[in-house]
Amino acid sequence: MTSPRSAARKSGRAPSGRDKFSDWANRHRKWLFAAPAMAFVGVLIIFPLAWTLYLSLTDSQGSVRAATEFIGLENYMTVLSDVERFWPAVGRTLTFTGVALVCEVALGMGIALLLWRPFRGEKWVRVAILLPLVATPVAVGMMWRLIFDPNIGFANQLLAAVGIPAQPWLSGQDTALGTTIFMDVWQWTPMVVLILLAGLTSLSEEPDEAARMDGANAFQRFFFITLPLMMPTVIVAILLRGIDALKTFDILYATKGKGGGSFHEVETLNVYAYGLSFDYNQYGLSSAVLILFFMIIIGSMWLLTMRKKAVSK
Amino acid sequence: MTVLTENQTSELQPLLVRRAKKPLGTRAYKVFRVAALIAVVLFLVAPLFWMLLASLKTNVDIYDTAKSFIFRPTFENYANVLQRNNYFVFIFNSFWVAFVSTALSLVLGVPAAYAMSRFTMHRSALVVLMARVIPGVSLLVPWYYVFSNLKMVGGFEVLILSHMFVALPLIVYIMMSYFDSLPLELEESAQVDGLTPIGAFQRITLPLSVAGMATAGILSFIFSWNNFMFALVLSGSKTKTLPVAIFDFVSYASIDWGGLMAAATVVTIPIMIIALFTQKYIVSGMTAGATKG
Repeated sequence: MTSPRSAARKSGRAPSGRDKFSDWANRHRKWLFAAPAMAFVGVLIIFPLAWTLYLSLTDSQGSVRAATEFIGLENYMTVLSDVERFWPAVGRTLTFTGVALVCEVALGMGIALLLWRPFRGEKWVRVAILLPLVATPVAVGMMWRLIFDPNIGFANQLLAAVGIPAQPWLSGQDTALGTTIFMDVWQWTPMVVLILLAGLTSLSEEPDEAARMDGANAFQRFFFITLPLMMPTVIVAILLRGIDALKTFDILYATKGKGGGSFHEVETLNVYAYGLSFDYNQYGLSSAVLILFFMIIIGSMWLLTMRKKAVSK
Repeated sequence: MTVLTENQTSELQPLLVRRAKKPLGTRAYKVFRVAALIAVVLFLVAPLFWMLLASLKTNVDIYDTAKSFIFRPTFENYANVLQRNNYFVFIFNSFWVAFVSTALSLVLGVPAAYAMSRFTMHRSALVVLMARVIPGVSLLVPWYYVFSNLKMVGGFEVLILSHMFVALPLIVYIMMSYFDSLPLELEESAQVDGLTPIGAFQRITLPLSVAGMATAGILSFIFSWNNFMFALVLSGSKTKTLPVAIFDFVSYASIDWGGLMAAATVVTIPIMIIALFTQKYIVSGMTAGATKG
């Protein structure tokens, strides 16, 4: 890049104040441009994170303004030994994320392959794919509540039509989590499709063609050519989707309410932490949960990024 | 970040590019493909269609499974929701918060993304992108404390700030891939012709990135419109946004399915209309950074 030259120097005038400023601005444009955004995010993140860390070491509860006492790692001990709420919530968070991701990536890959080659009516399919993606999650939750209603829901009407007995869906203790995973799959598989399709479209045709010449069938070409080439894109999709799936809140809270239902059947870490903070005002405890939750997220991201580096080499 | 060239970006935008020149395999595969595509479309659209149908039914008809598809449509639910429950106010709130937070995030985010892309400031970019990774709840308690002491909870400012927090990382992420794909030569030659670096950014790069900014702006608007958790805690009775209003609807009227579905439709329809008109931007935004190797 050429070095910044001030207008003043070129025109031979004595530098005025404005020129001096523009000169300065040009020389420092790197930070002039980047700093405001970073400061904004930094202030809104670093201070709260530090405070959350501090709160996690206190017995803060009731009101955020109440006087609190420093109690060291007691909250962490309480949380880590809590097999009633915390560990089941960890399990649900990982189950929710894991199962949803597997379904979304598998289905997403299938759909992306279907859409890969041109066909008539692709415009309509494109529209259908966008609709769940932009639909408001709370509204989506309400919509599924009606569809999965045990008595009047369409889901059970469908089952009845093929002779399967009615299911409790969201209201069942064992079926609720699975039902919410289904909702997540409905809403977010399209995003995986879009990402994978972008990856497929940018693949070069030669390896596939060469394999075809050598007589490889469609399955062989997919598993030995396309899939390995797509691995970096697949991992990007898992990374992007995984971060959001771990933090899922809207659909769970909208369909099951406080505490993830009366038996906490869909209470994930995020719902648990939200409930502790805003439904029960247990700030110290919830901060400890959040710090642990945060560590889980960073840990899984780090693992995936490592994996991605290994794959894209 | 991404290594999308201009050509590739425009190639990705129309989601399905006509690029295959060879026949599509056997007849059986063709039949399977059509059937599978129909199943996919049905799976994605049918639930929304069901919501729309229910919003046009009376509660009596909703409970009557014989009237699943054939019933006498009524707009009563919409009239109730819109008039009695102040939904016009909530629609305005949602729109205003999404619009202002998107605009401000673009003002902060576009220059930042530009600097981060041109000077490969990956560590700085990471700071901004961290905001996408941190669970929102961990920020909400301190925010709530500070903002309620400043008497700001319930005002628009705090909602806009919190939604900017969602929008800014998104915009920086999308714009960074966009700037990465713009050739440097254009700016360089503008500087040879006598523009200052900032002048070149303003007069050359910015006009060339309108499409990228549209992508980033639309996605940020959608995410803000749909955001639930921040507004649930930080909005007041005067600044309540649509998703929170729908959620409230359940607690006092959980049996009024018709009204609830009308409310859910009201929040979904505007954002879907926007999405349909701006499809290619949404697709390129959602896939930004996806194809880097």
